[in-house]
Amino acid sequence: MKILVPIKRVASLDDEFELRSDGRDVDQDFCEYDLNEFDEYSLEAAVQIKERFADAGVEVVALTVDTEEGDDVLRKALAKGADRAVRAWDDGLVEADQVAIARVIAKVAEREQPELILCGAQSADHGHAQTGIALAGLLKRNHAAVVSGLEYEPGAKVVAIDRELEGGLVEKLQIETPAVLTIQLGINKPRYASLRSIKQANAKTIEVLEAAEIGLPPELIGQGGSLSRVRKMFIPERGRSVMIEGTPAEQASRLLEIVREVQG
Amino acid sequence: MSGILILAEHRRGELRPGVLEAIGAAEQLRSGAGGDVSVLVIAPDPSKYISGVSVGCVDEIIAMADGAAEDFEPHLVQAALAQVIKDRAPSVVLVPHSVDGWGMAPALASDLNTGFASDVFSVRYEEAELVATRAAYREKVFVELDFPGKATVVLTLRSGAFAAPTTPASPRVTKMELGSSEALPSKHLGWKDPPPNGGIDIPGSAFILSIGRGVGDEARVEGFLELADSLGATLGCSRPIADNGWLPKARQVGQSGQLAAKCKLYIAMGISGSVQHQWGMKHVETIVAINKDPEASIFGIAKYGIVADMMEIADELQAQMASAG
Repeated sequence: MKILVPIKRVASLDDEFELRSDGRDVDQDFCEYDLNEFDEYSLEAAVQIKERFADAGVEVVALTVDTEEGDDVLRKALAKGADRAVRAWDDGLVEADQVAIARVIAKVAEREQPELILCGAQSADHGHAQTGIALAGLLKRNHAAVVSGLEYEPGAKVVAIDRELEGGLVEKLQIETPAVLTIQLGINKPRYASLRSIKQANAKTIEVLEAAEIGLPPELIGQGGSLSRVRKMFIPERGRSVMIEGTPAEQASRLLEIVREVQG
Repeated sequence: MSGILILAEHRRGELRPGVLEAIGAAEQLRSGAGGDVSVLVIAPDPSKYISGVSVGCVDEIIAMADGAAEDFEPHLVQAALAQVIKDRAPSVVLVPHSVDGWGMAPALASDLNTGFASDVFSVRYEEAELVATRAAYREKVFVELDFPGKATVVLTLRSGAFAAPTTPASPRVTKMELGSSEALPSKHLGWKDPPPNGGIDIPGSAFILSIGRGVGDEARVEGFLELADSLGATLGCSRPIADNGWLPKARQVGQSGQLAAKCKLYIAMGISGSVQHQWGMKHVETIVAINKDPEASIFGIAKYGIVADMMEIADELQAQMASAG
């Protein structure tokens, strides 16, 4: 039985950054990348199922849709317990939105036939909260979003889940498998990779799928498969805070004055 | 292709606040979209929600009675919306960017191959073209999206971004039957309300000192309870602190936690300011943000900013209060 865990790298911008010359994205020279925080939790949820039911032969497959720049997050996933790592890429995906990426994931899912697909509820950088549930729409699979509790025994026909709603309210429900679930932060405590497992992960092979192996028709790759297009990005004019300068002692002293002013 | 379709989300018998905000957004779009503004109500007894959505620019309420729609079931709601979209071919479909919206809208859009943007906080027509604005790169950049070649565009709308209309309306009510009768793959089993707050009152507190990821270590949290106490503030926190179990969920400010409804002074220490956190506090009149990152998005909404290590400021505050006696 397989659990597919689509993951991605997310960008943090440097303190100073510039937009690309066409104004449609940030210049990638000002970005630093790491595994999406939400994906740490979906991966951990998958690995916990594998470990809890060690006799069930669960295989956890981490997948990213990326250039070879995505290898780092796959190595991280291998070090944290994924059994296999797959990277799918086609140069036509440069202008892909989230749904165009989900189309590639759907193709890989058709090959792998997982019982469960566990995605992060959203990405930490752009926060679209689209890919996982859009994937379910493409595969016409059962789905549930923002899952904060998960009980599943490999082979079972249903998964018992909690969904975290607004204001801390939790909905308890069950959903038939196979299913796509998007995982919320806090569902578990993602592990740290040991030095030994990092070393082992670096020795493993990353399976690479090129355009032909992905098997999407050309008109659905990249912009053609997207449901939106970026016209432009811009740095918003925000009301900036009045900055309190000085030494920490001076800053704290001014802060106490503000407290007294507001408190009257 | 014309008209606007809005989904009337409801939970535990109450209309969700995002529905009225979506009607507010439709007011801005209706001249560009042309046609009627329709609200789809799918519930065991839709009549219960009709007066609640009879506001602003609403022309029509599509009432779909379905016994399985007491609680949100994403596949059912998706099927209902897909049916109405095929029937009416609206230009725009508006859904709140709520947890339930997350669980349904992307599947609807990808299945029907419509245009789609999520967490949209501003939307307009430029001549015949719909343009939606959202944020990217952790709120540091805004993005304008368009939808070339898409006759219908689904948008999920950020909570609080559009004003709810207050003027009453008298829409016509059209009854429609859900065509699909497939067995539903998920089943609601019950609700679990958040645990009692143990005397911690974030919504009622006028002064909140809140800590975020910048605190770094659980051992330091106790010191902030003391600091809040000596300042006369209630200690709040951002999501990672509650997720780690360092402070109870009752102290979490934000969309999945508490709204700082009565707060006048909010000191955010080591909180970068995610949208979800801002939802709970950005309305507060005096916000002071303390963060090491001068580009942290919290400085975009704070009245006062301090670029510093929160621990150094905390130590100074304690020392200065102690010496002032």
